Amino acid sequence: MSPTDNYALRLYVAGQTPKAVRAFENLRKICEEHLQGRYSIEIVDLIENPALGRGDQILALPTLVRHLPTPIKKIIGDLSNTERVLVGLDLRPRRASA
Amino acid sequence: MAKNRLERSEVQKAPTGIPGLDDITHGGLPFGRPTLVAGGPGSGKTLLGVSFLVNGAEQFDEPGVLLTFEENADELAQDVRSLGYDLHKLVEQKKLLVDYIHVDRSEIEETGEYDLEGLFVRLDHAVKQIGAKRVMLDTIETLFGGLQDSGILRAELRRLFRWLRDHQLTAVVTAERGEQMFTRQGLEEYITDAVISLDHRVDDQISTRRIRVVKYRGSTHGTNEYPFLIDRDGITVLPVTSLLLEHDAPDERVSTGLPAMDEMLGGKGYYRASTVLLSGTAGTGKTTLAAQFVEAACARGEKCLYFLFEESPSQLIRNMRSAGIDLQKWVAKGLLQFHADRPNRHGLETHLLAMHHAVEMFNPDVTVLDPITNLMAVGSQTDVRAMLTRVIDYFKTRGITALFTSLTSSTQSLEVTESMISSLMDTWILVAITEEERKRNRWLYILKSRGMPHSNDVRGFLITGKGIDIAPADDRSTAYRPVVAPNSIRARKAPVKSARRPAAPSARSRK
Repeated sequence: MSPTDNYALRLYVAGQTPKAVRAFENLRKICEEHLQGRYSIEIVDLIENPALGRGDQILALPTLVRHLPTPIKKIIGDLSNTERVLVGLDLRPRRASA
Repeated sequence: MAKNRLERSEVQKAPTGIPGLDDITHGGLPFGRPTLVAGGPGSGKTLLGVSFLVNGAEQFDEPGVLLTFEENADELAQDVRSLGYDLHKLVEQKKLLVDYIHVDRSEIEETGEYDLEGLFVRLDHAVKQIGAKRVMLDTIETLFGGLQDSGILRAELRRLFRWLRDHQLTAVVTAERGEQMFTRQGLEEYITDAVISLDHRVDDQISTRRIRVVKYRGSTHGTNEYPFLIDRDGITVLPVTSLLLEHDAPDERVSTGLPAMDEMLGGKGYYRASTVLLSGTAGTGKTTLAAQFVEAACARGEKCLYFLFEESPSQLIRNMRSAGIDLQKWVAKGLLQFHADRPNRHGLETHLLAMHHAVEMFNPDVTVLDPITNLMAVGSQTDVRAMLTRVIDYFKTRGITALFTSLTSSTQSLEVTESMISSLMDTWILVAITEEERKRNRWLYILKSRGMPHSNDVRGFLITGKGIDIAPADDRSTAYRPVVAPNSIRARKAPVKSARRPAAPSARSRK
């Protein structure tokens, strides 16, 4: 993983639920801190575009999908556990116990 | 069926279109509610659900959504194509929508609170797209392997089943059978409207599938385990076709093919659409008696379907020719059809289905099962009896006169061994051989014949080159003493008919 990789992220939500808002805020914070200048976030609201849920196999909401760099990664939940988000995005090595 | 009577007090039903299943559920699955279908691997859960959707789309104008958590859509379509279902066509016609939800724990990181709204959105979207009335979730338990937080999952499943009810969707939810609980994840706790259990057992290397309606809230249902089949036509459940025992009992009589035997049976022979058991030890002439009946039926222009479980058709034709009965003639005329099969080649249910198919195709007036005993070796006593009940029921509803031959082992008492099936038979004729004065003598008598006065004679008979020759009524001695020569019997045509009278008062009627 090179530190210059661009991150293409997509956050799936269904309406402006508290969980969705929380997830977006958490994501912004993490990205600003760890990926400044090399990330893009696309928000997909499945209430408006229900068909889009099929492509990324969305089941739980909110779901964050990392399209780039490959491989695709999925992180579900409101992203409140920063440590695990970083692990999920491969920004921090997974602990042996995890 | 008595549909009106049932529908009045019961919940609304969504027919599955699966032959037999709608009979045991008295009309189908509970409309607008989820039904749990639980079974082990390979028990046919998915196929049952797919049949429910396909039949709904094709026959009842109820489009369906198939949400699969296990296989991907292409694999599934391929699997069910072998059973005659073309999912692609239905998808193109917008009568079916297949969505595939894949969950892989290794791909997913869980951080904080979430719900399964994504599943709801997708299901809702799919349902609206085609105006679905039916849904299948196959197998939603897989989610327990994909998500760590089973607390969230359980709460969401509860919400999902409520959602299905709120949207008036008739749903089939499949689940693996569990060891401690009914299903592995205890889904029966959430789905209480109807529960169906599927089972696949192997006894003596012969496999049998069984289905049972465990629970059906607000409805009566058959509670037995019913065998079912999966073959190229999909699923067929085999209930006792007329659960109500309400088939007609015609008064019409059919000749046995032997005037003397007709005479013994109240002068007119068997009842049409009745069942006849011919039992006896080996070589007593059961098959010849059956062939005599077949010949008479064909001569009347009736169609006869002959099931052979021991001999090949050509062997039977040859053997009967030696007794002066030309069956080949009737085969050539299209009035007689043979259906030969080794009993242990399939399970009982497959035999039963094969018989159903053959009867549907040929539409016979008369059937012979020769010998039924070979078929009885295939399953346990209860299974065989259940199957025979179904066969007999089926024949009776179709108005078919059925003749069964049964081989009694020489060490068994003649009348006892048949207790398993004799109660299903309307007429029971016993054939036997005694050895005396270095001769083997055949004799027969009528053990019972429901609804008619019948002879209580024990009569000797011969198998001649011109068919069966039964000794005259007054010649009682021949039953026990050697039948000396055919000529002594031939003489019966002369004066004996009126001499038979004395036997009549002792004849009994069971009506």
